[in-house]
Order: sequence, then structure tokens, then C-alpha cells
Amino acid sequence: MLNSVINVMGEGINLQRLLGGLLVTARIALISIIVGSLLGIILGLVMSSKYKVLRFFCRLYLEFFRIIPILVWLFIFYFGVTALLGIDVDGELTAVIVFSLWGGAEMSDIVRGALVSLPKHQIESGRALGLSFWGLYRYILIPQAVRRLLPGAINLSTRMVKTTSLVIMIGVTDVVKVGQQIIERAVVTAPTTSFFMYGLIFILYFIICYPLSKLSKKLEAKWES
Amino acid sequence: MINNEKNQVLLEIKNLHKEFDGTTVLGDISLNIHKGEVIVVLGPSGCGKSTLLRCLNGLESIQGGDILFGGKSLTSKNVQWQDIRQHIGMVFQNYDLFPHMTVMENVLLGPVKVQKREKSEALLQAEQLLDRVGLLDRKDSYPRQLSGGQKQRIAIVRALCMNPEIMLFDEVTAALDPEMVREVLDVILSLAKQGMTMVIVTHEMGFAQAVADHIVFIDGGKICEVTKPDVFFAHPETERAKQFLNIFQF
Amino acid sequence: MHLNWEFIISSLPLYEKAGWLTLKLALLGIVASLLIGLVCSLILYYKTKGLKQLVLIYIELSRNTPLLIQLFFLYFGFTKIGIVMSEYTCAIIGLSFLGGSYMTEVFRGGIESVSKAQIESGLSIGLSKFQLIRYVILPQAFTVTIPALGANCIFLLKETSIVGVIAIPDLMHLTQSLIGMYYQTFEALLMLVVAYLILILPLSLFLTWLERRVRYAQFGN
Repeated sequence: MLNSVINVMGEGINLQRLLGGLLVTARIALISIIVGSLLGIILGLVMSSKYKVLRFFCRLYLEFFRIIPILVWLFIFYFGVTALLGIDVDGELTAVIVFSLWGGAEMSDIVRGALVSLPKHQIESGRALGLSFWGLYRYILIPQAVRRLLPGAINLSTRMVKTTSLVIMIGVTDVVKVGQQIIERAVVTAPTTSFFMYGLIFILYFIICYPLSKLSKKLEAKWES
Repeated sequence: MINNEKNQVLLEIKNLHKEFDGTTVLGDISLNIHKGEVIVVLGPSGCGKSTLLRCLNGLESIQGGDILFGGKSLTSKNVQWQDIRQHIGMVFQNYDLFPHMTVMENVLLGPVKVQKREKSEALLQAEQLLDRVGLLDRKDSYPRQLSGGQKQRIAIVRALCMNPEIMLFDEVTAALDPEMVREVLDVILSLAKQGMTMVIVTHEMGFAQAVADHIVFIDGGKICEVTKPDVFFAHPETERAKQFLNIFQF
Repeated sequence: MHLNWEFIISSLPLYEKAGWLTLKLALLGIVASLLIGLVCSLILYYKTKGLKQLVLIYIELSRNTPLLIQLFFLYFGFTKIGIVMSEYTCAIIGLSFLGGSYMTEVFRGGIESVSKAQIESGLSIGLSKFQLIRYVILPQAFTVTIPALGANCIFLLKETSIVGVIAIPDLMHLTQSLIGMYYQTFEALLMLVVAYLILILPLSLFLTWLERRVRYAQFGN
């Protein structure tokens, strides 16, 4: 039994396609993390500003993404836009858009939290030393803010990587989908492939996420001020 | 044969050796504490005084040497610290009363729940002790409603209600506003007069001289001097003790 | 854009049924997670040899893998090696496996939120480890733990949206079917969103109120 599984999984073309699927997953995750972070930083600054109206809308946006499950959002964008425009929307693009918006919402809260937690006396000391507005930001505020938000940001990235597994539901051929296709093809010759294939994908996700979460914990401990 | 109780050794510290991350914090500490004796441990910051106290209470482990309480070793593997701690009471710098309990509940927790004594009997003792420190009227207050000095006196009562044989005091006035230091020290002085065996770590020099039977001066994790208080403050033997005492004179 | 109200009204009972199923699954998952979390956090507190390592491994495994994969592994994978479980069993196991580690972290955080000084204070009057939990840790950790537990409950409620992938007739599955069969996309999506809002919004608002109340009790602001 095991022999046939190894045959299937070891087949060159299967490995290749798995890798291809992994690439799709990685691509979606990476782009979403980058765009989401940028969006989050901007929105975070907005959330810390004094413009109540802007803050209110940002807050609404954040809460919407927090209450509605991500899969529902994927459905809304994928099926909704398809029905609206009457064209077939690319699943990958939809995924990136939804994840970026979600990541941006969560990131804005992390950024806001970091900015709010900066001790005021640091700003006063900086002014007392004669630092300009930009100097203040560059030497005091930004390094400190980065330290406070990095663990949360890495944590968010880990969550986003895990959530990419959902894209299979909107027709994206990611690593999970490829795995399923391989399983289907081997259903006669090696029926137990599904156990090992899903097991493999399980381990793959773990290999990606575990180092990230360890890094986040390490940074958090190191910078505990 | 009359057992001279005053000279009975309650606590024997033999060649105690304590390390933190490979650094020796206490080296080769040997000391005998007799019943009814008051030992004041003095020394510069970081010399290991608090650590020594915490070792006596099992809050810190020791890497070498032994501590004998009533003849029994406190370093053997099956030491039940839960039992020992009922005989060795400790009061900390930051009082650490339980914030979610009233004063009376704080004081009664040990006697009733740990020692399983009759609540009425424990209540009587608690009220007597609270009265002696002048805080009986506060028995239903919560810690957050009390001043530092009041909390510290309650912490002492809480420890005393366990009927310990030895009391350990770890810089108990260090965190108090100056006006409140005296009321706490007075309580400790009266305990000494009643014959309680105590090991006190403090920076209050006047108090140390008044309450101690012996001064133990520790520097760099080692005992430098063990002398009577009057001798210590007037003519300290070692150079380091002299330097230390100079800090307190302008 | 006009909505097909007839369709909406006729589908309401379907959504209600699916909504109840989602709620039931979430509840079972939450209860199981709480139990697992309690047991695991006690193991970590008592530092039980051997078990402590297992718990730590479990936490890392469940936190670093997506629920979807766990569900596929359970439902499609285990079946083929002879362990057949119904989709509902898999869903509950999956939710509990994931939720259990999150709850463990909450309880652990609660225990650690009580200062070392308080613990030493309790030890110095002879309290046992169990008595420490009962008289010192629990009352003080309570205020920290409850909001975090609430947040985890909301998290698990949202995660139930994934169980549709293993053919459980929940809200997601229903919506997909309706869109596929009748093409009433907007109506179906609208009801889906409303259904989740009904499920989650009250809990979320309650949690916010709870957090504010807890913070007031602790800090008076």
C-alpha cells in the first residue's frame, strides 16, 4: 500500500505540479501581505488622526471585516462581482483583493495600537533635545513604533498564510487543489494517497507558519520594554 | 536537665551556595539562628541579602550546602515546603495582600484553609493581632483602601496568624513613604520584645541597632562580619563594613 | 438593482435551518475547546512531565495549520486508512482541535497575568498549588480571561464557516448551492451576510460591553 503511495507522490510531474500550486499560494500570500501592510499603515495613521469622520469610517470598515468571516467575503467578491459584471472573475485576483482589504483592516488596528502606546515623554524628551518634526519621527517614533507592531504584523501574516487555504473554494488551483487532483487520479492505484497527501500539505503549512510564529514570539520577548 | 530554650538552634545554615545563571550570588554562607534571637542582615545592594532570605523560605533553590530547620534538612528531595512555610513566616517589601479579599479574609486564609483550624479560634487570634497593630477597625476594608504602612502591618499580622517559629522580613519598609516607616518598625520591635525569632533585612540603621541581637554583614555574597549591634556601628571590624556605614553619614 | 424578494422569503427557512446548524456546531466546538483548554493549561501549570511537552507540541501544530487542511485530513484522509468518521464528527474534532489550543493560551495567559509577587505571597502562607489557583489566581485572572475567552468564541463561530467544505449543509454550503441552482446571487449573498451578522454581531457587542465593564472594575475608567 505504502509503495503505491510513494510511487504516486514521488512521480516527477506530481511533485512539479505541487510546487506550482505552492507557488500560487505563496504568490497570493505575499502580494496580499505587502499590499495589506501598506494599506494598513496608511489607515493606521488615519485612525490615529483627529478627524472623527475619517476615524468612524475606518472603524466601520475594520469591524465589517472582523465580523464577517473571510470565506464569506471571498464569496461576496467572487460570486457577487461575477454576477454584477457578467464576466468570469479570476479567483486569484479576487483572493488578493479580499486578503489585502482584510489585511489592511487588521493592520490598521495594529499600527494604531503601536502609535497610541508610544510614551509621550519620549516625544517631550526629543523636543527638549531640539529635534525637528522629521527628526523626531525618524530617530524616536518610527523605530519604537516598528518594535511595537512587528510581532503583531508577523502574527497577522501567519494568519493570512493560513487563510490562503480557503482560495480553493473560489476555484484557485493552489497547493491544496493540486493535491486533490493528484489524489483523484490515484484513487484506483493508491487509494490511501489522500491520507498522506493531506498530511503532506498539513506539514507544508506548518513548515511555513511555525518559523514565523516563533520569530514573532522572539521579537516580542526581545523588545519587551 | 533544664533545656535552655533561649540557646536552642532553630535554623542552621551550612555552607550555603547559590548561583544565578552560573554567577555565584551567595558563597559558603554559614550561620546559626537561635530561638528568640533577632538577626539583622546588612549589606550593599545586590550583595545577596534578599536572596538569602528567599532561600530560607524555599522561594529560591540552593546549589550547594544545606539548611537545617529543627534538625531536618530543607534541601532533601521530598521537602514539603507547604508545611515548612507554616513555620517560617515571611513578609515582603511590597506587602502583596490579596486585592480581591478583605483584610480579615486575607488574614484568615492561611489559618483556616491551610492549617484547617477552627474559624472561631483563628478569628479570635486575628482580632487580637489586628488590635495590637491598631487596625482592628479596618478588618472589613479592602487593601486598596489602605495606606502602605497599614497594608504592611496587615501583612505582618497575616504571617503571624500562622503561628510561625521564625519570621523573615525582607526590606519591609523600603517601599513605604517615610511617615509610615515608624509604625511598621514599632510592630517589629514589639515582636522582638516578645521573643519572636526573626531574620530581618533592612536599610534602617537606627532600627537595626535597636532591634538586633546580632548584625550579619554580607558583601559580595559572603559573610564579612557577625557582631553585636553596638560594636558593629561604633567599631566595625572589616574595611568593607566601614565603607558601607560611611554611605549613611554625610 | 432590484432584489427578488420572493426568493428571499422562500429561502428564509433554509437559511434559518442552516444558521441553527452553524450555531450548534459552534457551541459544541466551543464547549469542547474550553474543556481541552482547561485540561491543557492545568498540565502546563503543574508542569507534568511528558504531558507538558505533548501539550506544547499540540499547541504549535494546531496554531500553525489552517482549519481547512485539518478538516480535509480528517474527513478525506483518515477515511482511506480505515478510520471513517461522519462529516459532523470531523467538524467537531477539527473545531475542538483548533479551538482547544487557543483556549489553552487564554487560560495560560490568565495564570501568568497574576504577578509573581502574589504567587510568592500565597506560597509564604503555605498555600498548595491547587489552593493558589483557587484563592489567588482564579479570582484575579478572571477579569483578564473572560474577554479573551469571548473573543475566542467569536473566532470559533467564524471558523465554522469553513466546515461547509466537507459537505455539511451550513450557511456557506447553502449559499453556494442556491447560487449554483437559481443564479440569485445577490439575494443569496445578502442573506448569507445577514445570517452571519445575526449570529456574530450580538456576541461582539456583548464582548465590547464586557471588556469595558471589566476594565472599569479593574482600573476605574
